[in-house]
Amino acid sequence: MSASDNMIPAPAVRSKPLIIRHLPYFIGAAVLVALAAGMQFDGYILNILLQATTFSIAVFGLSVVLGLCGQINLAQAAFFGFGAYAVGLGTADLHLNFWLCLVGACAITLVAGAFLGMSTLRLGGHYLAMVTISFQQIVTLVMINAVGVTHGPDGVANIRRPELFQSSQSYLAFCVAMLAIVGYLVWHLPDTKLGRAMRAVRDNELAAGVNGIDVFRTKVYAFAVCAVLGGLAGGLFAGGFAYVSPDQFSFAESIQFLTMSLLGGVASPIGSVIGTGLLILIPEWLRFLKSVPGLYLAIYGLSVILIIRFMPDGIWGFVSDAFTRWRAHTKAPPVAGALLLKPATTGGDIVLEVTGLSKHFGGLKAVDGVDIAVKRGSVHALIGPNGSGKTTTLNVLSGLYKATSGRIVLDGTDITNMAPHQRTAAGLGRTFQNIRLFRSMTALENVEIGAERPGNTMIGKGDDALTERAMEALTFVGLGSRANELISSFSYGHQRLIEIARALASNPTLLLLDEPAAGLNSTEKLELHELLKRIAAQGLTILIIDHDMTLVSEAAQHITVLNFGRRIADGESMAVLRHPDVVSAYLGSE
Amino acid sequence: MDLVLQLLFTGIGIGAVYALVALGFVLIFRATNVVNFAQGEFSMVAAYLMVVCVELGLPYWLSFVIALAGMALIGVIFNLGVYYPLRHRTYLPVIIATIGASILLANSVLAIYGPQPQVLQGWFDTPGIQLGPVYLDSQYLLIIGVTILLVLFNFWFFEKTLLGKKLQATSQDKEMASLLGISVSTMIMITFIYSAVLGGLAGILVAPVLFVSIQMGSTIALKAFAATIIGGFGDVAGAIVGGLALGVIETFGAAYISVPYKDGFAFLVLIAFLVFRPQGIFGERVAEKA
Repeated sequence: MSASDNMIPAPAVRSKPLIIRHLPYFIGAAVLVALAAGMQFDGYILNILLQATTFSIAVFGLSVVLGLCGQINLAQAAFFGFGAYAVGLGTADLHLNFWLCLVGACAITLVAGAFLGMSTLRLGGHYLAMVTISFQQIVTLVMINAVGVTHGPDGVANIRRPELFQSSQSYLAFCVAMLAIVGYLVWHLPDTKLGRAMRAVRDNELAAGVNGIDVFRTKVYAFAVCAVLGGLAGGLFAGGFAYVSPDQFSFAESIQFLTMSLLGGVASPIGSVIGTGLLILIPEWLRFLKSVPGLYLAIYGLSVILIIRFMPDGIWGFVSDAFTRWRAHTKAPPVAGALLLKPATTGGDIVLEVTGLSKHFGGLKAVDGVDIAVKRGSVHALIGPNGSGKTTTLNVLSGLYKATSGRIVLDGTDITNMAPHQRTAAGLGRTFQNIRLFRSMTALENVEIGAERPGNTMIGKGDDALTERAMEALTFVGLGSRANELISSFSYGHQRLIEIARALASNPTLLLLDEPAAGLNSTEKLELHELLKRIAAQGLTILIIDHDMTLVSEAAQHITVLNFGRRIADGESMAVLRHPDVVSAYLGSE
Repeated sequence: MDLVLQLLFTGIGIGAVYALVALGFVLIFRATNVVNFAQGEFSMVAAYLMVVCVELGLPYWLSFVIALAGMALIGVIFNLGVYYPLRHRTYLPVIIATIGASILLANSVLAIYGPQPQVLQGWFDTPGIQLGPVYLDSQYLLIIGVTILLVLFNFWFFEKTLLGKKLQATSQDKEMASLLGISVSTMIMITFIYSAVLGGLAGILVAPVLFVSIQMGSTIALKAFAATIIGGFGDVAGAIVGGLALGVIETFGAAYISVPYKDGFAFLVLIAFLVFRPQGIFGERVAEKA
């Protein structure tokens, strides 16, 4: 730890209000809207611009679900179609107000997206891909066959626009304004709590769960946002072209949206606009290719393979990557004060009380009727030979495995049947033996996600307070000066420290450390030991698993020993280590 | 009752095709942990190869051999061009690449051959036999027979031969398999070839029953995938039972409920399974190890 990190607690940099920092964006957007409204385009150009604008909004949806949250959606054209038909049928057949229909389009796609997401997002990504394709096929079937409602293959004609934007030119300006607004929201999303949660889920679902993020709900939100953007775009599209038919919303169109998103760069709305613009303009320039049916899509298919292979981050990803790397090394992180740990105290003298805990895998009793009582403010170690059930116990405690039987009480709350993120909210923090950080994020962002734990009383309101708390935690482990670097540039030992900082930032009531010394060299082990002392000095209760007997015997006052899934000894450290059963479990008996 | 028996026969026949394609899915999934979204296109391409050869005047059996050999080649190209370069990435890029490959295959055929559906005659000259109240179509009989043989062959191949065991070892633990001297990349290559041939076989068998069209691949693939989920993802027996069940459900649905929505039933069953029993009939829920 360098001296500068210990400097006087100066408040973290207060940032200017968002509105002012982002002023250039709004000025640029206003200029674009004015251009769209003022320049005289001929009908052909106008149509292309209208198409590009509305498609871009639909592709924004993919940048949220695929780029931010890492989930696939191969039915974006179906949601686009929902929106288009809502506005089309609503204004043409039911003679409803355009705005009402547009709101309806968003509402319908929200419900459809949330429902589809909830049915599938608990399962792996393969299921999602297949289910969204299936959904896309059903929607197309209904559009074509439910003639009474949708007019079948004939499509819907005479779709109306709002009174305010009757001319094509003014309608285009309106769509560009919508594009700018939605684009702003999507651009800003990664830096919000929800956006960080999405990125965490994309990078590492398990770690996201134990850091207090409801993984399933986050995925459903991302999916629903994507669907709504599809619906909004479809509604605007229908108003713009006054006619829609089922073939505009087929699976091929979903693939086109996907290709647009991948080509431009899936992680950013700027990429979405680049990709959409290119894939709308290029076909217009190469019209002669359209004479052969299928050739276009064949080229799309090939481009998908080539982009994934050679340019996984798309055009914009390629450009911005260089920029981010350059910025990460020049932007100095704010100076932070000292980290304050104030573990909650609602229960009695025992912070964690485990009774009769068992975990069976089929016939294997990995953990079998284990009792552990961790005293408040103590460092408690759980040791045992390989395969004794230590890590399984920790995984049951943090909710990654469901207990077969037994009871876990944390600070007076029964957490036995809670999901990982709920346990974290109840005051549990943990690290992993095989480090699980969010690899596409900076150290600071990783720790911010920890600090954002629901129920963390140690952070104030707003992003500044969050950054401040995260900086304090990083400074506490000695990495404050490197806060803005990406995880990949840290050594193994430092990554471990970042994981600890992430858990500390959440101000847990109980900290679970899963083999923190594993893979560290001797200097790093000494530093770890010092760190544990400083954590314990603030009264935080720690439950540690490790093989390093020096570390365990010096740091822990109390030890529980497991062997073959059962507790074989429990008590004050020195006494336990001399216990004959423990000695024979580690060294074998004569 | 007669109608029920007739529908059951047809359902099992079409279900056998889903089962064959589903088997191809499962084999690749077990070997590479990747769902190959172009599996259905293997069936479609094989059917077109068959049509081309028959139109050239080649004997049926020779066309059959050429089509399957063509599929083996496509399996090789697919592995080298789509899977192999991405093998160290996460599943998402690989899925997207196989979707790209599926679009590429389908639309290349469309560009070459045009949108007009083609007709392929059946293997036998006799259209079928009347067995009591049920009319047994000869092509459906062939499909069911071949499926039974292939299931038996699969069992023998994976359980009784050394190559089969090496393939199993590769699918269960690649690193350990390579430490034991098994060439993992060769095993994966063999899996892709075998899956492509299996998918191709399904396509050739079903072609005389359906039309040979560009869409046949994606339709079959989606149903085969639904079959693997219904049966239990990654399970060989599950793929077969799921495929047969789906064929029967769909045939009865078309007869008693609605013909235009025939293709929708599979997806409704799929979504019902996902909501109420995502592990399928045979599957077991597996958790990621922390």
